[in-house]
Amino acid sequence: MKTTLILSTALTGMAFAVSAQEVNVVSWGGAYEMSQVEAYNKPFTAETGIRVNMIAADNPATPLKAQVEAGNVTADVFDVEVSDAIRLCDEGALVEIDHASLPPAPDGTPAVDDFVEGALLDCAVANIVWGTVISFDTTRFPDGAQPQTAADFFDTETFPGKRGLPRNPKRTLYLALIADGVPAAEIYDVLGTDEGVERAFAKLDTIKSDVVWWEAGAQPVQLLADGEVTMTTVYNGRIFDAIVAENKPFAVIWDGQYMDMDMFVIPKDAPNMDAALQYLKFATDTQRLADQAKYIAYGPARKSSAALVGLYQDGVTEMAPHMPTSPEALENAVMDNPEFWADHDTELTERFNAWLASS
Amino acid sequence: MANVALDPHAAIATTASGVGAALTTADGKPLARALARSQRRARRRAFLLVLPLLAFILVTFVIPIGQMLQRSFYNDGFSRNMPQVSAWFAATERGTDPDEAAWAALAADLTAAAEARTIGMVGTRINYDLSGARSLFTSTGRALRGGLEPPYREALLGINEGWDNPMLWSAMREASRPYTANFYLAALDRTRDEDGRIRQVDERQQVYVMLFMRTFWLSLLITGLTFLLGFPIAHLLATLPMRKSNLLMILVLLPFWTSLLVRTTSWMVLLQQQGVVNDILVWLGVIGHDQRLQMIYNQTGTIIAMTHILLPFMVLPLYSVMRTINPSYVRAARSLGATSWTAFRRVYFPQTLPGLGAGALLVFILAVGYYITPALVGGSSGQLISNMIAMHMTSTLNWSMAAALAALLLASVLVLYWLYDRLVGIDNLKLG
Amino acid sequence: MLDDRLGDAFVAFEHVQKSYDGQTLVVKDLNLSIGKGEFLTMLGPSGSGKTTCLMMLAGFETATHGEIRLAGRPINQVPPHKRGIGMVFQNYALFPHMTVGENLSFPLEVRGMGKSEREARIKRALDMVQMGAFANRRPAQLSGGQQQRIALARALVFDPELVLMDEPLGALDKQLREHMQFEIKHLHERLGITVVYVTHDQGEALTMSDRIAVFNDGRIQQLAPPAALYERPENSFVASFIGENNALPGVIEELEGDKALVRLDGGGVIDATPVNIRERGQRTTVSIRPERVEFKPEMMPPGAHTIEAKVLEVIYMGDILRARLAVAGSDNFVMKMRNTIGQTRLDPGQTIRIGWHPQDARALDPV
Repeated sequence: MKTTLILSTALTGMAFAVSAQEVNVVSWGGAYEMSQVEAYNKPFTAETGIRVNMIAADNPATPLKAQVEAGNVTADVFDVEVSDAIRLCDEGALVEIDHASLPPAPDGTPAVDDFVEGALLDCAVANIVWGTVISFDTTRFPDGAQPQTAADFFDTETFPGKRGLPRNPKRTLYLALIADGVPAAEIYDVLGTDEGVERAFAKLDTIKSDVVWWEAGAQPVQLLADGEVTMTTVYNGRIFDAIVAENKPFAVIWDGQYMDMDMFVIPKDAPNMDAALQYLKFATDTQRLADQAKYIAYGPARKSSAALVGLYQDGVTEMAPHMPTSPEALENAVMDNPEFWADHDTELTERFNAWLASS
Repeated sequence: MANVALDPHAAIATTASGVGAALTTADGKPLARALARSQRRARRRAFLLVLPLLAFILVTFVIPIGQMLQRSFYNDGFSRNMPQVSAWFAATERGTDPDEAAWAALAADLTAAAEARTIGMVGTRINYDLSGARSLFTSTGRALRGGLEPPYREALLGINEGWDNPMLWSAMREASRPYTANFYLAALDRTRDEDGRIRQVDERQQVYVMLFMRTFWLSLLITGLTFLLGFPIAHLLATLPMRKSNLLMILVLLPFWTSLLVRTTSWMVLLQQQGVVNDILVWLGVIGHDQRLQMIYNQTGTIIAMTHILLPFMVLPLYSVMRTINPSYVRAARSLGATSWTAFRRVYFPQTLPGLGAGALLVFILAVGYYITPALVGGSSGQLISNMIAMHMTSTLNWSMAAALAALLLASVLVLYWLYDRLVGIDNLKLG
Repeated sequence: MLDDRLGDAFVAFEHVQKSYDGQTLVVKDLNLSIGKGEFLTMLGPSGSGKTTCLMMLAGFETATHGEIRLAGRPINQVPPHKRGIGMVFQNYALFPHMTVGENLSFPLEVRGMGKSEREARIKRALDMVQMGAFANRRPAQLSGGQQQRIALARALVFDPELVLMDEPLGALDKQLREHMQFEIKHLHERLGITVVYVTHDQGEALTMSDRIAVFNDGRIQQLAPPAALYERPENSFVASFIGENNALPGVIEELEGDKALVRLDGGGVIDATPVNIRERGQRTTVSIRPERVEFKPEMMPPGAHTIEAKVLEVIYMGDILRARLAVAGSDNFVMKMRNTIGQTRLDPGQTIRIGWHPQDARALDPV
């Protein structure tokens, strides 16, 4: 394994010309990567002269783990999910980041107070907050009888039609519990018990035959557009794109939103350590995070950025109400709990797959 | 040995030396040795020619797969980072209650691991066997930074009562040796109880054995379907005039030249409930608007899409074999009194077996390892074991588990290959 | 003898035509009767329609028009497996996945024959072709000649009354081919079966056949026993296709009964037997076999016309001497002389006069 990793990373590495001033960033590709190029990379290069090479991965944590295990780290900054940031940090794969060294808010508030809760970890700094939300096709339900809550998602009698859900326990079990009346704040306490897990699966059982399972982020939007489902959970950035950029008749239910963060981490032995740190600090400052919202509907991880969020790149749409961090969106939102999932992911995934496979 | 196998002349040389051992050359040297010497140069050159490929295969295939497989039974995440408590486990019998020495060793190891930032790795390793153990290690690690005072048992229990769990100690004992069969046990829905006995996991968590069965059953079904669909096509291709068969061949190969994702997506467009096929059926009045068929996001979708994608792998070997079957065989059979069905069954069909065997083997082995298509169109009932391997590789990052599942899959494919060799004979295989 | 066979025709083609593309006929109005027990050879260049005729008889091709009868019964609509005709293919078509024994057993099995009878018949058929020890071999383990014998045994094992052979010896070397020719001929005589044999090798046809049908351009050009075919060809194609032949173009100068005088285009007048000649002044090609050309006056009939010939070369061929002559403007006139002790030796450059018995020179249609 090691040898292939060395080989493949060496091959990837060859793409970068060796120059003194550059930084290699691995991110998720697509519109999200584009927003980072526009909001972070271009001004960063303009200001520092350091070139930024973007590398796309399905999940940047996978090449990160591979490079560290192979002892041949070729990229400097990785954009990963919180649970991976914590896991990789605990495994000693990442450098620790001094929170005091991060730039303060424009009004002087230190970074530690400016970032939203959970956005600063020993080895990671969050850049965006994104939500998994329920969305539905407004043309499929009569006016005045449109679904409004997570409970409506499970009510196929009142709101007939198929449902789209991702095929993993993390983004399905919480929704079942919310719909079953568990307050967002108590989700993990309930899910930590056997009875709670039973309860979540029992609720999922009620719509099991109506679910179309999706795998990749683009699928739920397509399912909705094809009329294959009437309601689905979907990443808020994707559905925003469909509604605003493509004028689709979809609406978003913020009730029962599942909030996640994406984080920047730097592996130990990153080849351009100084440039990497410089990039990380620059990209997570107030202005940069606010700028990113111009290109994609993900919320900035700094409180001070919220006020600077303006219009979408079309110049008309006000971004603030589409942010997963807006007051309405936060009302009954479940925050991702990486510690919980680090402990229970394997067990619950196995149970989830067994549940799926049983008829 | 390697070059003997690589050089056909070498084999002849060996036989020759056996037969003509007593013979000598004109100047009295043993003939066998003279022959070997005269061929050594050629053999060496032949070996040097294949050396790059050999090295390539070794570096890119054998070594990585070997290392991957090693992960399935070797994981030193615990033993390397927890040396003292591992030594205690090695010195005591299974079932021994932890004494103060064990607690002291544990505390020392935990402190060291917390400082070295390896405690997450330790926790991850134990968490594979005991769900929830990871946070016990990481949270204890954070609390430990100040150091610990004896008595260590009470000190650790003060941080977290979970340290007294006998299941935890059993799991740590298992992990104290880097070699473990636990990943294989887990891949077969088995686990160890606190006494180390193997038992089935909770019924609600049993998934792999069922998925293995489903993978093999579906692969078999898909192989059968590609045969049923591919055989007539291959026969048509082999008997049509060249110009027409070339055109038809393009149609058969078209899926090859289209991206897998495009093909899979087009099946979605066709088969979904609001899709083309259902629309046509509704329009024709075969089914009502509210009776639209569920043909995708379930097993049916996986079967249809994979049959289509794998069809060329059946058609091509069959075609290349059929092309070589002289039509006079069937004519001979007919002239000897066989009906066209008997002629097909007893004369034509048996001669297509090498192609059929190759095609079936190809399709089956590819189907067993397929994961993109079932992931996209399989819904819940069309998932295969490879989807679990992919999940453990990319999402839970439990590579040992992925390796164990992959090793089992590889082993069962090899068993099938061996069976095929015994029943049909691998030298009968004709890949094109 | 010939007429007897026509009386009880075992196989009959009546006005049979065959077209593959609907535009050209590969077989044009074929009429042929084959008697029971006869060995009939269809001989002709490739593309002459002989194989198509065989395939129509076997049932693998359908006649576009006309009727084919077997033992008095029309068989146009009978599928091949019900015709009960044995067939030997050019490439033998031995089933490669079966042993020799299984190959022979196949036609017996499909006829529902019991095991003991099958074994007895297989043994008998293998012994007949001297291959008794090979029942358990696979075809691939046999030599070409051995495969040939097995193919023959397989075509005979179910006792068909009619056996078709499609250039069965084409793949063998010369010596083996000649040997097999005799074996097939002997089998035919011993078993009393009817054989229709297709070949493009005239030597083979002459050696084996009772009668030969010479095919060209979709028609039978001549149907006759070997000697008649060789000595009395009825048209220029047959004359040139069978054996070696000198062709001299000319015009009929005199025509009287079965004698004619021909004025050659290259000068000179010669004797000939008119074959398909109706009147004086008609153009013709005179055909004369090299071994019937004489240059010693005492060997010619009295009053025979002779023409001048110049010896171009003489080739020593062992049993014969072969002289190439310049005759009547042609440089390719061949004369064969027996290599006997008293034979006159000719030298290149020498001028001689050649002549022949009038019945040996045949005035045929112009080429």
